[in-house]
Amino acid sequence: MFALESEDIRKTFGHFTALAGVTLSVERGEFLALFGRNGAGKTTFLKVAATLVRHTQGKLRVEGIDISEEPEKARRQIGFLSHNTYLYRDLNPVENLRFFARLYGLKEPDKRIAALLERVGLGRRTADPVRAFSRGLHQRLGIARVMLHDPSLILLDEPYTGLDANAVEILNELLDEASRAGKTIILTTHDLDQGLRGATRAAIIDRGKVVFTGKAKDSAIRDAYASYIRGGVNR
Amino acid sequence: MKPLAAIIFKDIVIEMRSKESISSMLMFGILVLIIFMFAFESSGLDKTVIGPGELWVAFSFAAILGLNRSLAMEIDNDCLQGLLLAPLGRGELYLGKVASNFTFMVIAEFIVLPVFFILNNLSFDQRFLGIVGITILGSLGIAAVGTILSTISANTRMKEVMLPILQIPLSVPVVIAAVEATSQILNNEKPEISAWLTILAGFSIVYLTVSYLVFEFAVEE
Repeated sequence: MFALESEDIRKTFGHFTALAGVTLSVERGEFLALFGRNGAGKTTFLKVAATLVRHTQGKLRVEGIDISEEPEKARRQIGFLSHNTYLYRDLNPVENLRFFARLYGLKEPDKRIAALLERVGLGRRTADPVRAFSRGLHQRLGIARVMLHDPSLILLDEPYTGLDANAVEILNELLDEASRAGKTIILTTHDLDQGLRGATRAAIIDRGKVVFTGKAKDSAIRDAYASYIRGGVNR
Repeated sequence: MKPLAAIIFKDIVIEMRSKESISSMLMFGILVLIIFMFAFESSGLDKTVIGPGELWVAFSFAAILGLNRSLAMEIDNDCLQGLLLAPLGRGELYLGKVASNFTFMVIAEFIVLPVFFILNNLSFDQRFLGIVGITILGSLGIAAVGTILSTISANTRMKEVMLPILQIPLSVPVVIAAVEATSQILNNEKPEISAWLTILAGFSIVYLTVSYLVFEFAVEE
């Protein structure tokens, strides 16, 4: 059973083609690192998978649910973290998470919220408004938001951007925990070492198409990425 | 109903902290009334003739300030995207935002309205209650169209400018019907009011229904 199956996903914005037919299957429990240059289509693909952007053509299923037919049901399975954390600056961490818990219909979420905040190292900052947080703390709370409804598919778009070493370590620990718990993770990044650290599989996306997939531990991904950076991978 | 209540509650908590939406609507609304009062004081015109227009200019322009603030809150840190990730229909999200925008507008208007009565030496009789009803109905129409337009403006470059450009023409039918209904009440012309109330309610329902159905496309990137 695949956690995510995309068949020939295409997305155009006016005359610009962001995705030119992405076909990719990610098995349950897999940790996929998706690499690519700026504008290659990584973020658009994740946004399509998260149902934030409607694709122009193709089919995409999350845990067997067609995102075009049952987007609300699919969203329950998805946790999405982008450069922006989608948190309200005037609310404190508990209020932010309580709000999202109510949107997801979670019953009695306070225990889970307290445990998550403790886990991301924000247990002592629960009363501070988010506007007082640094970029790293923001992102930690963003991670707590993503994990709140216990999604089976976690989509992370450049999650390491702007994080200090401590925050990177916490994020890595959380991703390792999620991976051990059988969650499926898709992470986009420019940093090969960072991306391959916990990944089981790697893919390269270029000009809206997947041009390489392989096991994360194989040296082939490093060679392919080096070649891609130099000018291109054979399509 | 729970997600809808969650959106309203969240917006109220943020408003209580920032005090940006209601206070700006109040300041603007009262200032407009004072300016109109001085402008027409020496003209000798009947207050019940110019009053309704004066009141709804204050209400509709103050509403734009509130809608802009509501928009800014959701654009900041891309919070709108966070809402869109929730397992809800886009229509439900729309109704939640309409409800909170409507609540803030009505709170501000219920403070501006007595000021209007005092400045125009009108007595707080049954006419006051009648205008309260029209205010609620008119605000629903303005909030219904304003919420979707503020979402559309969020994806444009000139967000704050785009909202009034789109909002003013589209809310004209609601404002005209509200002005006429208010005028009928102030002049005690009760038989004629039902036609304007029907138009007012009709436009509010049409705007609410159409916006509910097309909100999905308005929030698309």
